[in-house]
Amino acid sequence: MRLYGVGIRFGGCHEQNGTIALFTRFSHMIYAMSNNDLLVKVENLYRYYDDHCAVQDLSFELRKGEILGFLGPNGAGKSTTMQMLSGNLAPSAGRILIGSVDLLDEPKRAKRATGYLPEQPPLYPDFTVNEYLDYCARLHRVPHSKVPAARALAKERCGLKEVGHRLIGNLSKGYQQRVGIAQAIIHSPAVVILDEPTIGLDPIQIREIRALITELGKEHGVILSTHILPEVQTICSRVQIIHKGRLVFNDTLTGLTQRMQSTSLVLACRLAPEVKFLHALPDVKSVETLDEHRLRITFTTHANLAEAVAAEAVKRGWGLLELTPERKSLEQIFVDLTAADEAVPEEQAA
Amino acid sequence: MMTFTIAGRELKHLFLSPLAWCVLAVIQFIVAWMFLIQVDNFLKFAPSLAGMANAPGVTDAVAAPLFSTASVILLMVVPIMSMRLISEERRSGTLSLLMSAPVSMTEIILGKYLGLLIFLLVMLGLITLMPLSLMVGTHLDYGKLFSGVLGLGLLLGAFAAAGLFMSTLTKQPVVAAISSFGLLLLLWVISWAGNGDDRFSPTFHYLSLLDHYGSLLRGTFNTADVIYYLLFIITFLVFSIRQLDAYRLQH
Repeated sequence: MRLYGVGIRFGGCHEQNGTIALFTRFSHMIYAMSNNDLLVKVENLYRYYDDHCAVQDLSFELRKGEILGFLGPNGAGKSTTMQMLSGNLAPSAGRILIGSVDLLDEPKRAKRATGYLPEQPPLYPDFTVNEYLDYCARLHRVPHSKVPAARALAKERCGLKEVGHRLIGNLSKGYQQRVGIAQAIIHSPAVVILDEPTIGLDPIQIREIRALITELGKEHGVILSTHILPEVQTICSRVQIIHKGRLVFNDTLTGLTQRMQSTSLVLACRLAPEVKFLHALPDVKSVETLDEHRLRITFTTHANLAEAVAAEAVKRGWGLLELTPERKSLEQIFVDLTAADEAVPEEQAA
Repeated sequence: MMTFTIAGRELKHLFLSPLAWCVLAVIQFIVAWMFLIQVDNFLKFAPSLAGMANAPGVTDAVAAPLFSTASVILLMVVPIMSMRLISEERRSGTLSLLMSAPVSMTEIILGKYLGLLIFLLVMLGLITLMPLSLMVGTHLDYGKLFSGVLGLGLLLGAFAAAGLFMSTLTKQPVVAAISSFGLLLLLWVISWAGNGDDRFSPTFHYLSLLDHYGSLLRGTFNTADVIYYLLFIITFLVFSIRQLDAYRLQH
């Protein structure tokens, strides 16, 4: 159920449209009342580092059972956002609600409901895994009597059963990352915030961590940041793309997949294809010669025209070897999104 | 409540590293050396002292100089113990564990301070055992001894508070150590400036860590001295809390 296209608003750093802000807030209120599963609500968040605006006018929501992927190139403002959500960094302006508690007004109450794994896991190398997790549980106000149970559960979920008595400093990077995640979930928070959880891991570890996150997403709300597109595609239920501190895209995974659909094909043939015949096909925008045997054909629409091209190649007897629809890379999506964003006038975007 | 959890981790961290043991051993050895010299001197002069009216007792002759020496050694050691409190957590990124937990800045600072203070009190206890051992052979002036222990305890509390504040200012533990050593030394010698008839002279004397300690060592229990140390400690703890809070704002 989605009553309105979740409060994203485009606008310059210094711009505020009062009426729309009021309306958005009002609709937020109705929405919050009708939905008790709302875990995080972020409104018009700004963050400046001196004159540099790292995050501008960011608004989004997270519901129970959702895995929200924050996608963006390095330096887009992902980590800054995560730090603000976890209370490590104070926003320059805006509001963050965890459940119904304002993170800035009542940080202690709000932080009870969050678990945070920073980019660099906050580990004490001279502690054993057990000692460290006990300490984290106590810090998050897990009662004394429940600490062993909480520790055991976190260890089981993160696959740390065998390493409980080992020093954290002696563990491999992958295990350290898991200890970091265990630390974030030990008090079973409603919201788990993970900043690039799979960075620096080998492919097997990445798969395990992704499985764990999927598991977490069933009971908690998860926000994770990454710059790896496939990661988002495998685990996230909703995607937000952030670019230069602004939210440029906010949709379900299906929406992203549509965006990624290509408008071009690469055609490789044994004999050199004749460009003029290809131009004659409907909806062909341009044909670019890559080398003697390979061509890139760009279309004007999103429709997949591979069939028509294949038929043409067979009819002309070019000896069809390869026909590949090109998927857009993350970079291209960024370019598309930001280019589109700049083209749309502010009023319309809002 | 959380203060004790944090203090507990701090102590554990100290004793898991060789640093704490090394510091305890070195201090104990040097102070014991000084103690033996003092006892030896006292034995040499004891016969001549016996004839004097109002002669200094064993507590004045042994305990007071011992505490005085210990304070100078600890002036150099406490900055090394306090330098890592916040700066190392900032540098290794573990501070975010505390910042994202439901714990207030005050609890973090008090926990850190308490952890270090307990360690320093252990050290104080070990130093106090030396003059106390004279109990076996002679009579001690417990009032003076207590006053001296209180003085050294307050002094250590003040050193730790200043060191903690310096540790919140920088990511480099060594920079924190050097600057807190500098600050403490300056406050130690500040009274040297006020020797003349200068009208600022009382101010300098009041500010000096040394002057207030001196009167406690002589066995003069003056509330003003105790309040000076308590104010000193509270001031630096409040500064530290403010500084840690400001860390969220800037970076």
